[in-house]
Amino acid sequence: MGQTIAEKIFSQHVGKKASAGDFIIAKLDLVMAHDTTCAWAIDPFYEIAKKVWDKKKIFIPFDHAFPAPNVQIAKLQAKIRKFANEQGIPITTDGVCHQIMSERFINPGNLILGADSHSPTGGGLGALTIGVGSTDAAIAMATGTCWFRVPQTIRINVEGKLKKGVFSKDVILMIAKEFGPEGGNYKILEYGGETIRDFNVPARLTITNMSAEMGAKAAIIEPDEKTSLYLKDNQRSYKFDKKSLWSDRDAVYEKVMNFDVSDLTPQIAEPPDIDRVKAVQEVEKKKIKVDQVFIGSCTNCRIEDLDVVYAMWQKHNLNPQIRTIITPASKLVYLQALAKGYIEFFTKKNAIILNPGCGPCLGRHGGVLYDYEVCVSTSNRNFTGRMGSPKALIYLTSPATAAASAITGYITDPRKYL
Amino acid sequence: MNWIFENNINTDLITPGRFNITTDANELAKIAFIEHLPEFAKKVQKGDFIVAGNNFGCGSSRETAVTALRACGIKAIVAKSFARIFYRNCINQGLLAIIADTENIKSNDKLKIDIKKQLVINISKKKEIKAVIPPLMIKLYETGGIILFLKKNRLGSLKKLFEI
Repeated sequence: MGQTIAEKIFSQHVGKKASAGDFIIAKLDLVMAHDTTCAWAIDPFYEIAKKVWDKKKIFIPFDHAFPAPNVQIAKLQAKIRKFANEQGIPITTDGVCHQIMSERFINPGNLILGADSHSPTGGGLGALTIGVGSTDAAIAMATGTCWFRVPQTIRINVEGKLKKGVFSKDVILMIAKEFGPEGGNYKILEYGGETIRDFNVPARLTITNMSAEMGAKAAIIEPDEKTSLYLKDNQRSYKFDKKSLWSDRDAVYEKVMNFDVSDLTPQIAEPPDIDRVKAVQEVEKKKIKVDQVFIGSCTNCRIEDLDVVYAMWQKHNLNPQIRTIITPASKLVYLQALAKGYIEFFTKKNAIILNPGCGPCLGRHGGVLYDYEVCVSTSNRNFTGRMGSPKALIYLTSPATAAASAITGYITDPRKYL
Repeated sequence: MNWIFENNINTDLITPGRFNITTDANELAKIAFIEHLPEFAKKVQKGDFIVAGNNFGCGSSRETAVTALRACGIKAIVAKSFARIFYRNCINQGLLAIIADTENIKSNDKLKIDIKKQLVINISKKKEIKAVIPPLMIKLYETGGIILFLKKNRLGSLKKLFEI
């Protein structure tokens, strides 16, 4: 009986064949805990250990609210800084954890634990990157291992050539509509098919990132030449063997789902759930007035996203009634945007450029919403209260739809600006 | 009493990001459902149950959602289903997250859990509801969580988790 890529990676990290349903203790290649979740990992860590298992394999980014916006958060960060100093682990403040890990650390075939729900993002590189809480992070930092129940895999095949103005975000919103917030709960979502193969790694990361919203334990895309290219672009020359990192033809899936995206149009998730997805052209008819546009987060603020925004704003000014906030996903993306002249261009268009990080995505700083305010966001979560007031409304879209809405002042189909 | 919740209660509702900025469990208890159900933190009593629909605890990985409910004295969360990180966090903290059909449980019903028989017993309605409480959850509930388990055994004893 064949194995899925997830089963192969688990097997390689446990030293024997692991199949869906097995309880295993697996060795980890990297553990990540950030400025929120790491704070809660420290006390349990010191309950069971004095020193971390391998300080080179622990990654502590400050991204959720950095620089600290208030005294309580400064206190949490001081606590983590003390821990990191004691353990000899450098703290990174260069951007969103999942983006930094993709740029610098995640290799195909890795098994990585992240104390953050959007950890599935890294699966876009053909690794198993799994989200956990702070206790698991504490044990992982102490032992380099974690307990798992090997989950079943759902295979999702996406076929068809995307039309102009339609992006990987629109594809994943359409899939999320089908799955709902629980459709992928406990499962590995394995994406394949012509459309996924056509996406470069940054576009794939949007797909795997949003899989967290369907409840997935991990999302994964089998690595290929585009993965190699991404690694090379990021000064890494990791060689991987296709046979050991592609699912076998006779692998067992819980189910296989097929999507055709040839006729897909730009999509939008209305608040407060991920599966309230509609076509932007339908929502546009309602002329929903927008107060804030947020182009950022681990979902969608890579240089490829900013390329689209830059092109769309060439001949248009932004609506002065709107606060348009851009947070490049990482320092690298920021520097790329700087080199391409985007930062000057966006600034002259009166957009606000924040430092690389999570920005206003989780409502702690950098653009908190007030009652009844409407935000068009390229992030991944439109929950009640996520970005501030529980009465605020968050609509999730691609960077193109967000950029179009920043021009007109209401939710707008981007295709007429492309 | 039983605090009744609908489907898809996410961790942003349990411990909202803007308030979730402490490492003091007692402070967290005060912010549980602070905007979604402000009376919860004021009125919740030790031994109360949370009774919910599908996908309880979805969203963020923040373990504070579990810590807060535990600090409130919640005896068990009974739901039709749980989101996976929240469920893991419950297992690790030794908080009972019980999967059962919660459809007909009302806020005033007196509930009892029979771990051995895997039942939620609705004493008020004289009904027994089949429940799923996996061996690992029972083990860590009885030990008081995975950190105490590792302290009691030793750091390399994770494999013992699966011994019944």
